[in-house]
Amino acid sequence: MLPTNTKDPEYYHKVVDCQYACPAHTPVPEYIRLIAAGKYTEAYIVNWESNVFPGVLGRTCDRPCEPACRRVRVEEQPVAICRLKRVAADHKGDLASYIPQGPFPPNGKKIALIGGGPASLTVARDLAPLGYEIHLFDEQPAGGGMMRTQIPSFRLPISVLEEEVGHILNMGIHTQFLTYVSSLRSVLEQDYDAVFVGTGAPRGRDLQIPGRNEAAKNVHIGIDWLQSVAFEHTKQIGKRVIVLGGGNTAMDCCRTARRLGGEEVKVLVRSPFAEMKASPWEKEDAMHEDIPILDNHVPVSFIVEDGVLKGMTFDKVHAVYDENGKRSLVSTGEPHVRVDADDVLIAIGQENSFPWIERDLGMEFDKWDMPVVDPTTYQSTIPTVFFGGDAAFGPKNIITAVAQAHQAAISIDLFCSRKELRERPHPAVNLVSQKMGIHEWSYDSYVTVDKRFVVPQADKKLTLCDRKMEVELGFDEATAWKEAERCLNCDIQTVFTEKLCIECDACVDICPTSCITFTTNGDEADLRTRLKAPATNLSQSLLVSAPLATTRVMVKDEDVCLHCGLCAERCPTAAWDMQLFSYYTAKAGA
Amino acid sequence: MSFVRPQFRHPHLPKNELGYTTREYEGSLSTLCAGCGHDSIGAAIVQACFEMNIEPHQVAKLSGIGCSSKTPAYFLGNSHGFNTVHGRMPSVATGANMANRDLIYLGVSGDGDTASIGMGQFVHAVRRNLNMTYIVMNNGCYGLTKGQDSATADMGSKSKAGSVNPFEAIDLCGLALELGASFVAQSFSGDKQQLIPLIKAAMHHHGFAFLNVISPCVTFNNNVGSTKSYDYVRQHVQATATMDFVPPATEITTSYAEGADANVTMHDGSLLHLHKLAQGWDPSDRMSAIEALQRSRMEGKVLTGLVYYDDKGKDLHDVLNTSARPLNSIPMTELCPGSAKLREINAGLQ
Ligand SMILES: Cc1cc2nc3c(=O)[nH]c(=O)nc-3n(C[C@H](O)[C@H](O)[C@H](O)COP(=O)(O)OP(=O)(O)OC[C@H]3O[C@@H](n4cnc5c(N)ncnc54)[C@H](O)[C@@H]3O)c2cc1C
Ligand SMILES: Cc1ncc(C[n+]2csc(CCOP(=O)(O)OP(=O)(O)O)c2C)c(N)n1
Ligand code: SF4
Ligand code: SF4
Ligand code: SF4
Ligand SMILES: [Mg+2]
Repeated sequence: MLPTNTKDPEYYHKVVDCQYACPAHTPVPEYIRLIAAGKYTEAYIVNWESNVFPGVLGRTCDRPCEPACRRVRVEEQPVAICRLKRVAADHKGDLASYIPQGPFPPNGKKIALIGGGPASLTVARDLAPLGYEIHLFDEQPAGGGMMRTQIPSFRLPISVLEEEVGHILNMGIHTQFLTYVSSLRSVLEQDYDAVFVGTGAPRGRDLQIPGRNEAAKNVHIGIDWLQSVAFEHTKQIGKRVIVLGGGNTAMDCCRTARRLGGEEVKVLVRSPFAEMKASPWEKEDAMHEDIPILDNHVPVSFIVEDGVLKGMTFDKVHAVYDENGKRSLVSTGEPHVRVDADDVLIAIGQENSFPWIERDLGMEFDKWDMPVVDPTTYQSTIPTVFFGGDAAFGPKNIITAVAQAHQAAISIDLFCSRKELRERPHPAVNLVSQKMGIHEWSYDSYVTVDKRFVVPQADKKLTLCDRKMEVELGFDEATAWKEAERCLNCDIQTVFTEKLCIECDACVDICPTSCITFTTNGDEADLRTRLKAPATNLSQSLLVSAPLATTRVMVKDEDVCLHCGLCAERCPTAAWDMQLFSYYTAKAGA
Repeated sequence: MSFVRPQFRHPHLPKNELGYTTREYEGSLSTLCAGCGHDSIGAAIVQACFEMNIEPHQVAKLSGIGCSSKTPAYFLGNSHGFNTVHGRMPSVATGANMANRDLIYLGVSGDGDTASIGMGQFVHAVRRNLNMTYIVMNNGCYGLTKGQDSATADMGSKSKAGSVNPFEAIDLCGLALELGASFVAQSFSGDKQQLIPLIKAAMHHHGFAFLNVISPCVTFNNNVGSTKSYDYVRQHVQATATMDFVPPATEITTSYAEGADANVTMHDGSLLHLHKLAQGWDPSDRMSAIEALQRSRMEGKVLTGLVYYDDKGKDLHDVLNTSARPLNSIPMTELCPGSAKLREINAGLQ
């Protein structure tokens, strides 16, 4: 192999598994160390810079970082990255000196944001300090989008949301709530320099099966119902409730139903339990609230008697996979199953819909009737119109909406400065030695064997009676410290300088996880089989040196490196050094 | 500064026939200087014992005093150990071996521990063909006491402080050959590929197996002008042969160019599969081994690899016709039959 080009910022970035997996590339180990040091405000700000809603995300994030966490590869459970984020939010101090405070000198440019969800709010936060005049429109009475209308208060207290939405709106954003934008043409006719569409994926999918229309009074579209609950238009539900669907919306629907009078709430889902879309922890929380999940049940009809919904029938199926692994659900042939119910909540998916965008404006739509959006610049085929969040590529999650909105904000800023949109600004990276003394590092290199700590929950007896009472209590400071210590500091890189190496083998001998090998060079596939421990995880890189004095090369498999620093401690010539790699994605105006 | 090694290991570490990974053969975290050659030898011992499927509790590690003699703390943490006084490891090893022939004896010593204060003990262990492996971690100096020249420092070798050694060096391999050692080998801590099979062969050998391993002292004897530095040794090594150790009833998988191969069968059916590099050298011929050592010395080279091997000799148990059973498994009544029996024996001698 050729020597690894560690000058390419993506090489070391990839070693920081969690940060690499985070759509917004939040510097996770950096904030975890700050939490361990009790610097909650600073930890919060590191998050705020990247993901804008640390308090919200510390409770609700889909956390793609956690399955990616290195810890999973050396023991069972990842670091509780998400819940540590909440610790920073819960314990932070005054933010005033950290958050840009307006008024900002105007730059003469005006931007319209359609929709007030996390995507639009992120664009607002990124652009307002640069002097843009920002006008935000939302049909709801307040900002936050689905974070307000969909995510139930027992998962996300409204005060947490208001605080973080407030940080942004206080930057001098001109808001027009209770304003549904019914025509893009009319927006384009005004003097905006650019328009950002962050309208989400607001339509819940319906289920047209026999009995649907007759049962209409007691059949509700999940996201509409949740929104109605959030705005307190709906205050109760029948005693027996069926929730259809296997995603997170279904989990929020069933748990909300339990708090609104539902005593026998059941989730019925077509797919096998293991293949449900809902996150494992959401399923656990639902089951903990005595909600059975019946998998492999395909809805057949609504049972309506005397004009009143009585229940539903289901066909029992099992999953069959063809040679390409494609799944089909095949009926078991058993008689249909009847489940009694007073109300049914349909939570089987969400769709985009853009009835307010005139199709004669020249905006290109694809065969699924989605606007054609550039995945790098987030520009539509009308150059002044940008998209982001669920409106851009369909429903995802908050962190994805935020990450996309950062990119859209960069594009809008480049566009308004008449710069090339494809020349994306580079991340800010740095590599600094952590050596403090001969065998001393500035970070805590000790590797604890503690298993993941469980976040305590409030008593079910209380939370089920109060829709607004938060279920999770968050870590206390002492537990947070212990959990933070589980982080392996993957951003402290093992940096190798071949000209210093005397090939004494000290690093090879000491490395607890057999990462390092000195051997004759070969191509990657061959080298991977010849290392001290076979390097079978192809998603992880090999760090390869230039040829050494003996003509051999040093090969390090990044896969299970603990970043313990022992290789560097045992190296007599400091050919290994532990260096902090920081990586901050570019922001608008940077 | 780390005082403990993290407990996590590579999740796919290979297992040996006992179901152990190398972890079961590790010791505590080394306190030697970073980059000390001794640590590499320790790691090679771990690897060799792992590959040989040795039950750790079947090994007794013995050492004297010195950085090298400290190393048994850093490998085979589940084995028996005895850290003797300076230079006295051979006599403790002899006693232990006589009391229990079932254990595998692994002696670890330094050039100071062996060639200076312990010389009087070392030579007798060799000439008695005590069944043990005796490894000298040879750095040409007294590392533990801050790098004074040892008796194996080459004449003309320069110390870190700049003084030049005026005395002849003791060639421990040459001496062992002279005293009738039945297994003699030399190696370099920086060459595990050679060292591991040599350790395995030495531990399989029935009799005294001597292994002199050049092991640079990075702190006191790794300077320019020293003949025991990493650079110097790397530039001057000359191997007798490359060697694979093939356990009994295993197929030979390596093959070399025709003509230069030789197989040596050990007492237990293991094979030493040699690919000869040195001219006119025959590992079973003591004369040719002495000559190979002398020649390479005259050429200013460091000869490594197997030097001499003979498994026909009798070990000390064979010679003394001692108890086949370890003394600790013999009942007290048998071991110490009492004064009546003593009187009987004494009477028989009158
Ligand atoms: C029940 C449920 C639970 C969820 N839970 C989570 C979770 O725990 N974690 C997570 O990460 N994600 C979750 N999501 C997904 C997440 O809420 C969305 O992915 C995210 O909010 C998308 O952000 P956005 O800014 O693109 O759009 P949205 O948040 O959907 O915001 C769009 C806003 O635009 C407004 N709007 C739309 N059209 C117009 C118009 N024409 N004129 C004016 N205003 C308009 C809407 O009223 C809305 O306020 C959940 C979704 C649902 C449905
Ligand atoms: C009886 C006695 N004399 C002297 C010493 C001091 N001493 C300790 S280690 C050592 C020499 C060790 O040299 P070597 O065996 O080569 O070990 P190294 O440290 O080089 O590995 C000496 C002289 C001692 N500990 N005990
Ligand atoms: S151990 Fe820490 S730095 Fe590494 S992936 Fe997990 S959370 Fe991130
Ligand atoms: S930091 Fe060095 S010694 Fe520690 S696991 Fe990584 S490569 Fe091995
Ligand atoms: S003084 Fe020399 S022999 Fe002793 S530990 Fe240090 S490097 Fe090794
Ligand atoms: Mg010595």
